[in-house]
Parts: sequence; structure tokens; C-alpha cells
Amino acid sequence: MTAPEGQEGLEAQLAQWRQYVQRRRELQPADADELEDHLRGSVDELVAVGLSADEAFLVAVKRMGSLDELSREFAREHSERLWKQLVLTGDTSSPAAGKRPPRDLLVMVGCAAGAAVSIKVPALFGISMQHDGEFYALNFSLFAMPWLAGFLAWRRRASAALIAVLVALFALGAVAANIYPLGDESQSVVLTTIHLPIALWLVVGLAYVADEWRSSRKRMDFIRFTGEWFVYFVLIALGGGVLTAFMFGTFEAIGIVPETFVSQWLIPCGAMAGVVVAGWLVEAKQGVVENIAPVLTRLFTPLFTAVLLAFLVAIIWTSNGINVEREALILFDLLLVVVLGLLLYSLSARDPLAPPGLFDRLQLAMVVSALAIDVLVLIEITGRIADYGTTPNKAAALGENVILLANLAWSAWLLLKFLRRRGQFAALERWQTNYLPVYAAWAWIVVFVFPPLFSYA
Amino acid sequence: MGLVKVTKDLVAASATPMVLGILAEGQSYGYAILRRINELSGGELEWTEGLLYPLLHRLERHGHVEASWQAVTGERRRKYYRITDQGLAELAEQRRQWDTVVDALKEIWLGLAANGPLRAIPLECAA
Repeated sequence: MTAPEGQEGLEAQLAQWRQYVQRRRELQPADADELEDHLRGSVDELVAVGLSADEAFLVAVKRMGSLDELSREFAREHSERLWKQLVLTGDTSSPAAGKRPPRDLLVMVGCAAGAAVSIKVPALFGISMQHDGEFYALNFSLFAMPWLAGFLAWRRRASAALIAVLVALFALGAVAANIYPLGDESQSVVLTTIHLPIALWLVVGLAYVADEWRSSRKRMDFIRFTGEWFVYFVLIALGGGVLTAFMFGTFEAIGIVPETFVSQWLIPCGAMAGVVVAGWLVEAKQGVVENIAPVLTRLFTPLFTAVLLAFLVAIIWTSNGINVEREALILFDLLLVVVLGLLLYSLSARDPLAPPGLFDRLQLAMVVSALAIDVLVLIEITGRIADYGTTPNKAAALGENVILLANLAWSAWLLLKFLRRRGQFAALERWQTNYLPVYAAWAWIVVFVFPPLFSYA
Repeated sequence: MGLVKVTKDLVAASATPMVLGILAEGQSYGYAILRRINELSGGELEWTEGLLYPLLHRLERHGHVEASWQAVTGERRRKYYRITDQGLAELAEQRRQWDTVVDALKEIWLGLAANGPLRAIPLECAA
């Protein structure tokens, strides 16, 4: 056979060739194995007639023809491979893989079951969903998110220190939700119900980025994770809705009304498990489908820009002032959240090195018009607060508005610099990822400081 | 003595009975099948890997062949293909069809040889 030196070189060349093959979606590892064997057969034969290993490899590869053509032929037989499938039972395509389900799946099922059970635990202590709705509103994020964070931490083999921090933060959340004597009518109940999930979601984010919490890229991954998680959760919820409807209809047809089961078991437990399952899906499917959140932003950025500009024009044209009720402030907060979301998710999918394009201009137009509208709203609202004093709701809404405004204003500036080629796109990305702790800090402040600050109003 | 180039269409049409026929001789693997085809046709049938492997996978999907990874003593681990009973039935059916085609062609060519090659299109028919 060949000299050991030639053999080594051949192995290296084959390894490199395999890499090229495996980049093709149409060619699975088993096909690569088969083709590699073919190539080796070809090389052996050529070496036997006197070629060196190097030459033999070149000739054999040349004979096999271009990978393009090869994958096209494979695609004709295996068109299903172009539709990436989520493989639930592990890597079945490789002959080496065993039949046992991956540990990932088992741990996920465990965590989802844990989340589903958690929400029923308070019932053991006599806290019923029917009568203590307030307790469940305050605590609902504490039933599922620790399990999701646990799953992520397990996947990333988090260090003991990180796990300790996660446990401490979730415990802090539990304290914040239950320590204060909040009445049924208190605005703080609503505020905590909204802000505790935000604070805890960022704790999940800490589990997601794990030891690389300083890395901007890693934080951006968490932003992507959040968007995809949301899309998956909504899809799961839609499926759950169909299931519930059928369950209701079919059982009703035989005279059993499963109302209690549906409202107190199926929906709450299903929602909690769904939080974990959606997280697992995002983790498992990386690369199975195109990320959908960036696609949605591409679709809606032009539409939102058009609506915002039309609104601005209408204000100027009619010179109508904005009627600032409390609901209006929340509405405009949400508007800024949506604009920020559109900005974030198109950032998340953009090639940082690509030159500025039309879409970036469109985004700047969207952000600037949102800012202009928001400034008008703020001018109105500060007058109101000065006149009538403040409430927890107003203070929270105002605080959020300021935080989002600051973020968007600086984003607009960075975007402008980038468009005029005076700045890097990466600066915008870094700004957004560096801003994440601000949201966390504000959410914790609302949860912890607001109730005593406004004397539990 | 010029080499006969068999057109792509004809290669594709004869591919299935060719592979099933070779596998009917005994189980085999991709590279060996290709060599056997080469040997049988005196190197005049141009088969590519892009034709062979997807075809083997299709035959596997239809249940005409079975595949398994085996390590025969002293050899590498390879994906071996073995013809199934269903594959043998398919081979018989294909063979019947090919015999019909080949017989018909032979008839024509014998007739042509008798009438002389230059009168490829008889005048009656052309009219």
C-alpha cells in the first residue's frame, strides 16, 4: 500500500472533502459515509496501478464529478431533505447513532412536566384558582420560568456559581411577588404581574448566555432566542386552542361538560409546559427552519413606517392634539415596544458587514417618526402629571417611555451615523445588547420599589 | 473500433434492471456495482455516482433492495445492498419488457440487413 506519509495526507484530504459534502443539505452523514467509501475504493484501485496517494485522490474526486451535480441528483430522490425536519429521536441518519432518545428530550420532558405540576402545587395549600386569582396573577411566571432556566442551565453545564445566582434571583422574584400586602384593587398588582415576568425572563436570559454573559454576540443570541420562543409559544398556544375546542365539543356531545378540567388543569398546566417546550424547540431546531421573527420584521417594518408617517401627517394636517388618557400612554408605550422589536429583530438577522441599504433607511424613518410621535405624547403627559399628581401606573408608564425613548433616540443616531458611513453597524448591535440590563433593572425596581413607594396603592 | 457512446436517456432507462440484475448475482456495494457495470459494458456505459446512489436509495425506498452497514473480514465497513423477493419480481418484470423491446429491435434490424442498409425508409411508407 502507500507510504504512511501519503496515507496521512490522504486522510486529511478525505476529511476536508467530507466537510464539503456535509455542507450540502441534500447529502446526509450516511450518504457521506457511502460516498467516502466509494472514493476510497477508487483511490485504492488507482494506487494499485501505480499512482501516488495524492494523484489517486485527485483523479478519484474528479471522476466523481462536481458536488453540485451530485447533490442535484440526490435532491431528486430525497426532496424531503430540502424541507428540514425536526428529528425528535436523535440523529437517525447516521448508522452509528443508537436508538435511544436523546437526553435532551428526556430532560425537556422532565422540566415541562415540572412546570405543569408546579402551577398546581399551591392548590395543595388551599390556594384555588377560582378564588385567589390575584395570587396566580402575581406568581404565574414563577411556575414555568425557573424550569426553563434550569433546562438551559443544564444544557450549558452552568457553573455552580451561576446556578446559585439563578436560584437567588428566582427566590428574589418569589419574595417580591408575595411580600407586600397588596389589595385586590391595587394598581401595583397589575404592575407586578406585568413586570415580574420581564425581570424573570431576563434571568432566563442569564441562564441562556451562561458564563458568556459579557459577550455581545451571546446576548444577541438571547434576543434571537426570545423572538423565536415567542413565535413557537404562539404556535403551541394555537394548537392548544384547537385541542381545547375539540375536547369541549366532543365531551359536551356525550353530556359531560369538562369546564373545570379545561380551565383549571388543561389550560394552566399546558401553558406552563408550553413555556419550556417552546424554549426547547428553539434550542433543538437551530437551523431546522429559517428564523421567522426577522422575516416578520421585514414584512411589517414598511407597513409600520407608513402608518406612523400617516399619523404624523394627520396630526400636523388637522392640528388635533393627542388626547392623553392613561390608556393612551400605555398604547404609545406599546408602540415604542413594537418599533424597538422591529428594529431588534432586523438587527438580529442582518449581516453586520453589509453596506447600508434601503431597508436601513426605512428603519431610520420608522424610528424617527416613532420618536416624533412619542415626544408629542410626553409633552402632553408631563403636564397632566404636574396637574393631578402621580399614580403607580402613570409613573411606570412614564418610566418605560423614557427608557424606550432613550434607547430609540440613541439607536436613531447610530443608525444615521451608519447610513452616512461614519460608523459601524456593530455599534448599533452593541448598544442594544448593552441596554438589556437596563430593562432588567427597571423591571426589578417596579416590582420591588414601587409598592412601598406608593404605599401599596 | 470507435467507442460507442450510449446516450444519457438510454443509460437512465436501463439503470434499474442493470442494478437489480447485478444484485441478483449476490449482495454488493456501490463501488463494486459501478465496476461491474464498467466490466460488463467494456467501459462504454457511462455511469456516475450521481446516478447510482440515488437510484440505490430509490430501490431501497420501494423495497426492491435492502441495505445494511457491514464489515466483511479484512475490508472496510460498507453499505451493502441485497435484492429482496420483491426486487426479484421487479427484475423479472423489467426483463420481460426489455426482451420485448430487444426482440422487436432485432426483427427490424434483421429486416434491414436483408433489404440493405441504404433503404432505411421503405418508399411505400414514405408516400
